[in-house]
Amino acid sequence: MQQAVPVPAQAPRGPTALGGRSSGAAGDAVFALACRCAGIFVLLLLGAIIVELFLGGLQAFRAFGLSFVTSTEWDPVAEVFGAGVSIYGTVVTAVLALIFAVPVAFGVAFYLTELAPAWLRRPVGMAIELLAAIPSIIYGMWGFFLIVPLMSMHIQPFFIDKFGELPLIGELFAGPPFGTGIFTAALILAIMVLPFIAATMRDVFETVPAVYKESAYGLGCTQWEVVRNVVLPYTRVSVVGGIMLGLGRALGETMAVTFVIGNANRISTSLFGPGNTIASVVALEFGEAQLGSLKLSALLGLGFILFVISFIVLAASRFLLRTRLRG
Amino acid sequence: MSATTFSPATGGPTKDAKVAAALGRRRRRVAAAVKAACYAATAAGLLLLLSILVTLFWNGFSAISLNVFTTVTKPPGSGGGLLNPIIGSLIQTAIGTAIGTPIGLLVGTYLAEYAKNSPLANAVRFVSDILLSAPSILIGLFVYQVLVVPFGGFSGWAGAAALAVIVIPIVVRTTEDMLRLLPDTLREAVIALGAPKWKMITLVCWRAAASGIMTGVLLAIARVAGETAPLLFTSLGNLNWSLSLSAPMSSLPITIFSYAGSPYEDWIALAWAGALIITLGVLGLNIIARLALRGRK
Repeated sequence: MQQAVPVPAQAPRGPTALGGRSSGAAGDAVFALACRCAGIFVLLLLGAIIVELFLGGLQAFRAFGLSFVTSTEWDPVAEVFGAGVSIYGTVVTAVLALIFAVPVAFGVAFYLTELAPAWLRRPVGMAIELLAAIPSIIYGMWGFFLIVPLMSMHIQPFFIDKFGELPLIGELFAGPPFGTGIFTAALILAIMVLPFIAATMRDVFETVPAVYKESAYGLGCTQWEVVRNVVLPYTRVSVVGGIMLGLGRALGETMAVTFVIGNANRISTSLFGPGNTIASVVALEFGEAQLGSLKLSALLGLGFILFVISFIVLAASRFLLRTRLRG
Repeated sequence: MSATTFSPATGGPTKDAKVAAALGRRRRRVAAAVKAACYAATAAGLLLLLSILVTLFWNGFSAISLNVFTTVTKPPGSGGGLLNPIIGSLIQTAIGTAIGTPIGLLVGTYLAEYAKNSPLANAVRFVSDILLSAPSILIGLFVYQVLVVPFGGFSGWAGAAALAVIVIPIVVRTTEDMLRLLPDTLREAVIALGAPKWKMITLVCWRAAASGIMTGVLLAIARVAGETAPLLFTSLGNLNWSLSLSAPMSSLPITIFSYAGSPYEDWIALAWAGALIITLGVLGLNIIARLALRGRK
């Protein structure tokens, strides 16, 4: 904010001070009202999204009751719809994605705040942020044409070979190496949420007062010990908030997941098995749903459930990040 | 483990030096291992970006020709291009931005200049943040319910409206942030001249924050230009040449989606070409916007 302040091009030009003030008062009222209305419009917009999705799903909620959420059956021919499998797929892929993404994001944030030389911080930080700018559909294509073949030919056969025979954990790696499936979808999601989590972590790490870190360094701490014992405890709440933000993003991701998850309505114990998520079911099956049909209502109901889940996660994230937001 | 590293070595006096040296070696080894892991994590992040770009150039560059920009989509095997998806994307992105930006600007101004920390402002800020991260596919479903069903069909207008809903919270966030950066002395100086508040905001504050607000708009354009999910249920996509906003409208992301999943070689090549065009556009806008923003801060 070192920029020179522009001089207003038009000074108030009212013929008399009084005239100027009265036109200003009317203008003020109109402008303030416009701003206020715009603010209320945003509130109504979110309210309308919730209400419209709920009303759209009402027919399905009425037809199936609570079993709409718990049932794992999704049979368009018999007109039986249950969200169980897609809710399971949504949660499992998102949580797996976080398990992959959080350690890497922490590494990136640690590198950017403590390890990187000053001249590298900006370009490397920007490159990581650019990962967030790449459209979802591009991740889908990249995953489908590059990662899926890589998975089916090298990575999955390796895991199936090494761990498939073991008791208990063998179940996780059972099945043929299709390349697509829950595991691949979680991997792509992890890459997509990595920049969000890394950027939040970096930003909150930077809020730690230098004196705290200097004191720890003064006691002879290594860089890891400073981060582990000073930076992380100081920023713990915000770090969790950043992770929740990543979770919120991962839950609703559509296009990339649709490309690589395999799109099968079943819960498989194997990580390499196919599955689906709420967003992928809606994206793929919407075209086949007739206006007014129970199926369309079921899809809108799925949308409502997804909205409720991501609303809770995002609200929690914002609550945890509030101290940072206020600063 | 780390708790013990903090406390001084607790062995007896004879062992002190030995224990301390061993402890020091272990602490240095742990620190070095963590550091190496962090370097690896960052390198992995950069390699992923590189891998995506290389894949796009590798597959997309050979597919890009003048034909892509001058020919409309055609059935597989008859040498079509991507003219109508490109134009459709430009139109819907432009209209979506044109609708969303003024609303977002007013909301951001309301938050920064009027309501500040009142309960209503906090509610608006909260809702805007939720919209910012809400799954975009749900915005598509919502617009389907309110604009497609009642008006009897998929349309370019509905697509633009869905994109506008995505634009609003991005512009709100940057506008508020940028206005809050302005020093209050600036506002006091304008008020002291006798100018009404709305002139202070429109003629001074908006201008002083203009480049920052523009950055937000650029980021919003970059975000919606690549959005696919909300367009699936609103503008649907159209393989024929059509500029009518009341009819289903083609768009680049939707065309990529349907072409990439097709079994035809030439369609897949066109999907790569489209993917390269979109990614270069989006990344270009992002780099410009971020450089401009950094310059200000």
